[in-house]
Amino acid sequence: MTNINAADMDHRAINEAIRGTDSCRVTGCLGQRFIASGMKDKRIEITGTPGNALGAYLAGADITVAGNVQDAVGDTMNGGSITVSGSAGDALGYAMRGGRIFIRGSAGYRAGIHMKAYGDQQPVIIIGGRAGSFLGEYQAGGTIAVLGLHEDGHPLLGNFPCTGMHGGKLYLRGDVGNVAFPPNVTARPATQEDMAELLPHLQAWCDAFGVSMDRITDKPFTVVVPDSANPYKQMYVAN
Amino acid sequence: MKLEGQVRIPSGCAISAVISREGKRMTGEKIIESMIPMHDRSNGLGGGFAAYGIYPEYKDFYAFHIFYDNQSVREETERLLKDRFEVVMAEMIPIRKIPEITDVPLIWRYFVSPLASVLSRLQLDEKEYVARTVMQINTQLTGAFVFSSGKNMGAFKAVGYPEDVGRFYRLEEYEGYCWTAHGRYPTNTPGWWGGAHPFTLLDWSVVHNGEISSYDANRRYIEMFGYKCTLQTDTEVITYITDYLLRRQGLTLEEMAHVIAAPFWSTIAGKSPEEKEQLAFLRKAYGSLLITGPFSIVLGFNGGLMALNDRLKLRSMVVGEKDDKVYIASEEAAIRRMAPDAENIWAPMGGEPVIVKVKEGAY
Repeated sequence: MTNINAADMDHRAINEAIRGTDSCRVTGCLGQRFIASGMKDKRIEITGTPGNALGAYLAGADITVAGNVQDAVGDTMNGGSITVSGSAGDALGYAMRGGRIFIRGSAGYRAGIHMKAYGDQQPVIIIGGRAGSFLGEYQAGGTIAVLGLHEDGHPLLGNFPCTGMHGGKLYLRGDVGNVAFPPNVTARPATQEDMAELLPHLQAWCDAFGVSMDRITDKPFTVVVPDSANPYKQMYVAN
Repeated sequence: MKLEGQVRIPSGCAISAVISREGKRMTGEKIIESMIPMHDRSNGLGGGFAAYGIYPEYKDFYAFHIFYDNQSVREETERLLKDRFEVVMAEMIPIRKIPEITDVPLIWRYFVSPLASVLSRLQLDEKEYVARTVMQINTQLTGAFVFSSGKNMGAFKAVGYPEDVGRFYRLEEYEGYCWTAHGRYPTNTPGWWGGAHPFTLLDWSVVHNGEISSYDANRRYIEMFGYKCTLQTDTEVITYITDYLLRRQGLTLEEMAHVIAAPFWSTIAGKSPEEKEQLAFLRKAYGSLLITGPFSIVLGFNGGLMALNDRLKLRSMVVGEKDDKVYIASEEAAIRRMAPDAENIWAPMGGEPVIVKVKEGAY
């Protein structure tokens, strides 16, 4: 595995070095943006603090980060995986269209904003801790799960989850009695079919971080879906 | 110059701050370094710093930092200062001439104390008198801009990248217990010396990443109370709102946060009856001072700072700690540059103020 010391490199130099390898370890990142953006067929291990838009437009590469990531990780990502042992900033998986993002810690505001899916492009985000306000804002497809394994005493979600949601599924582990969902979505206990869909991803998340599945399945899941295929059709004009 | 709309200008800006709760003084080197990983958030059209605790030998005097376009307006301004203040020191602010910083105006510093005789004749308190003098110079003396006017603190700003601005002002030669910094990426107002951050009045200083949608509503309201927005940039109004709410209205920092980043009515509805009453009162009493649009700001003052995001959290802001120090920045990378092993990294929620104070007697 090639080692790339990012300490004195800008994002262009880092990405050029990554492109020359099949698998690499990038160490000492400090705020360089766009790392591994658009890349495929590679394994990339990152330490330090990678900058915004890590793995933007990712096309199949597998990225693991030991530590925290900043904003807009996996922006418009198409495929591959991003696995983060720490927490994520705002707009995680912004307009994500495929692939998988696993966060061990928590996520900031607007995780999964405008996530979408088509055919076998089915993106998945699993957040181990809590998520900030506007989780899944305008979600149009794909799967988001928030597990609530955080221990800082904050609520599972911030305000205004699922605002404008019109597709996809949100899974929430544990009590959601205090969450105010918008009128255009339905929150219901997860069925066996729901859980069967999620379980392979959950298992992969557990394997990635060495967490026992028993810790996850000890609490019931709630599933949030839009009320209909077109929940906003009366919003502006009658059509 | 092409305006936004004719050309796409991706909005950025970077803020950063460090404060020692023990009041331990640090040189400007670390805060300058913190701006390096965030270089791409700025575009070279403005950078600046505020530093607290840097003038202990003159701590009882107001430190005026003034830009002048020419010598004649300097002479005119100095006449006005001498009429109103005892001027114990007047000097050019030491700079380092570097190719990155050009079109340098005259940059002067004065340590002044209001004349007691004038104060008693006008029946004004000292701070009000100083604030009025700053407004008068900035509005009436063409080519003179007071960009810093607090005690034992100072702002340093210029057109350029913040790293270069820090070297230009030789900030490694100053020691303060609190520093804030800004890298500017102006989107719809000019990049000029007066428009660089921080924006200050008395010991308040504001660095801001974002864009105030409510600027003109806020400006019209605050100008009713004697403030004049002269610096062609939205952030200026936050400084005057701060002065109005905290100094003149006597609000606490938390109350001010609940005015400028007021929670939504739907959020207020879920609060306890006492909280509900207080939050509703602040929204109603100071509705015109609600700041909408994206912002992350750090407000500095003697003995502390407050960091705050807009209520929708449309800009990033991260907080970290190490020993006696608290770090705040637009990006975690900036904090890690100052303190690689910083702990308790967290992102405050929109509208949730982070208030850090230096222990009493240590500043």
